[in-house]
Amino acid sequence: MEKKLIVSPSPHIHGSDSTSRLMRDVLIALVPALAVSTVIYGTGVLVVTLVSVAACVLFEYLIQRFMLGGRSTVGDLSAVVTGVLLAFNLPVCLPLWMVVVGALVAIGVGKMTFGGIGRNPFNPALVGRVFLLLSFPAAMTSFPAPDVPDAVSGATPLTLIKEAVKNGQPLSEVMPGIGYDNLLYGLHGGSLGEIAALALLLGFVYLLLRKVITWHIPVAILGAMAVFSALLWWANPEVYTDPLFQILTGGAILGAVYMATDYATSPMSKSGMLAYGIGIGVITILIRTWGSYPEGISFAILIMNAVVPIINKYMKPKRFGVPVKA
Amino acid sequence: MTDILLYTVLTLCLLGIVAAVVLYFVARKFHVFEDPRIDDVEAMLPLANCGGCGYPGCRGFADALVKADDITPMYCPVGGTDTMNRVASFLGKAAPEKEPQIAEVRCGGTCEKRPRVSMYDGALSCAVESSLYSGETGCNYGCLGKGDCVFVCNFDAIEVDPDTGIPVVDAEKCTACGACVKACPRNIIELRKKGPKNRRVYVSCVNRDKGAVSRKVCTVSCIACGKCAKICPFEAITVENNLAYIDPYKCKLCRKCVPECPTCAIAEVNFPPKKEAPAGGDKAGGGIPVKVREQTAPAATSVTEGIPVGPADGNGDKPAETQA
Amino acid sequence: MLRTFRKGGVHPHDNKISRSAAIQVFPMPETVVVPLSQHIGAPATAQVAKGDKVKTGQLIAAASGFVSANIHSPVSGTVVSVDNVADAGFMRRPAITIKVEGNQWEDGIDTDPTFRRAEKLDPAEIIARISAAGIVGMGGATFPTQVKLSVPPNKKAQYLVINGVECEPYLTADHRVMLEKGEELLEGIRLLARALDAEKSLVGIENNKPDAIGHLTALASGDADIEIVPLKVKYPQGGEKQLIDAVTRRQVPPGGLPLDVGVVVQNVGTAVAVYEAVVKRKPLIERVVTVTGKGISSPANLMVRVGTPVSSLIEYCGGLPESAGKVIGGGPMMGRAMANLDSPVTKGTSGIMVLDGKEATRQKPEACIKCAKCVEVCPMGLEPYLLYKLASRNMFPDMEEYYATDCIECGSCSFTCPAHLPLLDYIRLGKGEIMKIIRARKS
Repeated sequence: MEKKLIVSPSPHIHGSDSTSRLMRDVLIALVPALAVSTVIYGTGVLVVTLVSVAACVLFEYLIQRFMLGGRSTVGDLSAVVTGVLLAFNLPVCLPLWMVVVGALVAIGVGKMTFGGIGRNPFNPALVGRVFLLLSFPAAMTSFPAPDVPDAVSGATPLTLIKEAVKNGQPLSEVMPGIGYDNLLYGLHGGSLGEIAALALLLGFVYLLLRKVITWHIPVAILGAMAVFSALLWWANPEVYTDPLFQILTGGAILGAVYMATDYATSPMSKSGMLAYGIGIGVITILIRTWGSYPEGISFAILIMNAVVPIINKYMKPKRFGVPVKA
Repeated sequence: MTDILLYTVLTLCLLGIVAAVVLYFVARKFHVFEDPRIDDVEAMLPLANCGGCGYPGCRGFADALVKADDITPMYCPVGGTDTMNRVASFLGKAAPEKEPQIAEVRCGGTCEKRPRVSMYDGALSCAVESSLYSGETGCNYGCLGKGDCVFVCNFDAIEVDPDTGIPVVDAEKCTACGACVKACPRNIIELRKKGPKNRRVYVSCVNRDKGAVSRKVCTVSCIACGKCAKICPFEAITVENNLAYIDPYKCKLCRKCVPECPTCAIAEVNFPPKKEAPAGGDKAGGGIPVKVREQTAPAATSVTEGIPVGPADGNGDKPAETQA
Repeated sequence: MLRTFRKGGVHPHDNKISRSAAIQVFPMPETVVVPLSQHIGAPATAQVAKGDKVKTGQLIAAASGFVSANIHSPVSGTVVSVDNVADAGFMRRPAITIKVEGNQWEDGIDTDPTFRRAEKLDPAEIIARISAAGIVGMGGATFPTQVKLSVPPNKKAQYLVINGVECEPYLTADHRVMLEKGEELLEGIRLLARALDAEKSLVGIENNKPDAIGHLTALASGDADIEIVPLKVKYPQGGEKQLIDAVTRRQVPPGGLPLDVGVVVQNVGTAVAVYEAVVKRKPLIERVVTVTGKGISSPANLMVRVGTPVSSLIEYCGGLPESAGKVIGGGPMMGRAMANLDSPVTKGTSGIMVLDGKEATRQKPEACIKCAKCVEVCPMGLEPYLLYKLASRNMFPDMEEYYATDCIECGSCSFTCPAHLPLLDYIRLGKGEIMKIIRARKS
């Protein structure tokens, strides 16, 4: 036999998907939001993002090189995604050393402790974010006023509402000062990546078109939030805000589209994804309405992350041929 | 103040008493009698939980040993005769007689003896490759070298030699638990009598094709010529299904068969090297003369980098360790 | 809105480069090697010995059991040997080697290519002729056709579904058959339907073959019992259960047969073979094989005698390119990679395709990122990532709980996996082990 042929079991061809391609698509989807944020907050946004990404990649490389061993997975871009998402959850004026600490917790504690990519039970970026939020609450909740003259003050809209409700102020007096168009375009206080709802939705469409994620989780989360808050709003519009406001504020879209859909920490089956999304939506509204934090999607996602193994165990995909209603 | 202290202490005491009473009765009611000897026997076993005895772990084996009337058919390959004697004398039963064994890889088809005719590119598993086709060489029976045996070995006693592509058993570490024998999809590994001073003679081939066919794919295959069987003074060698087999219990290690084999398919291990080269090395120019393996220097220690075993998914699900 | 199956599936690029190459008759080879096992089930028993003279179409090996098939000599000549011969994977299996001499046909076979309608035959006679001709499923599964046609008395085949999907990328053999042998195909379908006593025949064709859909729809316009069903392109639509779901909206229950939902599926190639067997009394000794691949200089659809060496087909189409890395018997999704190109074309060889080295080499596996894409594309609703994990750790008994036996080995999971994990390799292995466990339990 002059020529040695390659032999392997079928299938002999492969689609174009690869881990790094998926991660690259996520990064591309995040670009519009980053751009809007840079326009609003200035170049500080880029500095925070770059520091966060660099720190995440560096920590992943170092931990793999000196502690875990094995092939380096830096090339799959997952650490870059974690870095960008972490930065998106931080206020633009956060001291850079805190960003680095957040990256260390995100990659070190949130990801590599469990063995690296694909094995982490909790979203690493959120682990980093929540760690910073609990450790440095003041720094993490002071947002600069956007660089644009007609924007609202630095506090996030949800904080304004929370304060008003605490002071017994009827919402009909507070709401007009916020304005839905500001929420859509990102002209309000908040973490650097969560403010521009429209840009985030643009990225969502891109992810759907590229089949990086399916619609199930984001739609379930936003749908559950809308339904639940609509019920409350209908009961008393002076104390509870309307559904649209809930969805457009507090990083709900960022969380629903980019954080909750993280592959390793979300369920495998479609029904599981819906249940997981509904859980996140309901818990978010619960925290926002009755909890002490003005916004709650980070916590809600982490809580539901913990439930994912159970969801995976009991909510299986539907087996072909098991009687269906024809 | 004292009242509070008093009540606290009293409440706690009362709780403790109630709990103790409840526990006492529960323990009585649900007591399961277990022969205390099971614990003792278990402690004597190696606690490797390898399953080589055929029971689910050492405790399962201990349980069976205590309950069985006759333990002669039961054997712990890891602990060996010493352990079995100790267990037997403790239980007052007759000890099983079994000579120590070792796993022997019966394939000599190294890279140069058995040319590769294709390149395998599937999952790194002998079982997958074997179920797909003949493997990278034309031999339908020989070793595939993907290390399924290495993956199942609990004792780190077998590793694939990257030079030959064939697994090597470390006689010091091998406990003859039989895990590799079961794992090998081609039944190449056999548990054989360890032999005095680890000396063994065996046919290092399992090819059951006709001589002409097997010779074509591998220069050291058994061609079932029967010369070895003829020369053997002890009738230890049989030729069946185009394959010679040396019965380790009949073989007296005279080694007359070794130079007789035209393809050098009979291996002898751990014999001291002969003073002069056997008959000037005129036998089968390309064949390996004889395998001489020194126990003091395992073959693979000189190798700096091993080949990974198990599915290389990078996930480390099956540890993709490298054998150094 | 075109129909398709409702669960999972992938969209590999179809690459049907030999689409417009008309079927050519491949020249007679010098020797043929006819394996005794070209079908699922018991190998046939040789009826000839070394030195015997055989004629084309003569029975040379007889079915040995209920699930088995007759094998006929594809050529006339002398039997050189009845012995083990290395197959495509160099495994040695029993085969009859015949040296070709002339082209003398067995008596009673009508070699006239003109189309003839079948006379009125009763079902038993049709099945008997099919059985005698050694016809097997020609889509690749090679299940003996007469077994599928033997409907147990408590079952009823309401629909005959004809598989003209050809969902495998590159392959065009069925496509050409539908275009060039439309009359024979429809007559074969009528014969099959009569044998089954089916109410209606449905021909499923993917809409990347509009010419075949148009041609057959026109031909079948006068026949109310035959309906051509265009389907949306999606792999693995040619899977029996997927095709039934797509065409009839019925789902075969797990572990069940198509007859459980009143359907029998046959391939278009099989239907043509049935026509030839019943009307012309011609056994299954040749078939259409697509020879294709980006490195092949002239991709073609060839009418080849069974037993012809694969290497001669590749030679005929321009030879094996320098860059060739892998040769596959069948399509790229489910075909078998070949190590030995001297191995013969068999009844189930629908294509020979050549991939270049780069296309053929798998990417290095990475860690599973739990992206759930394998779950999404699995047409059987399984969890490939989980089955893979279990199988790679030798936890075979646990795989049964997750329905590994439902797997149809379509390869959609491995095709999709962004981490390039060999999901199907291990699932297939596990499936085999579970089958062993189940058999051991039964006995």
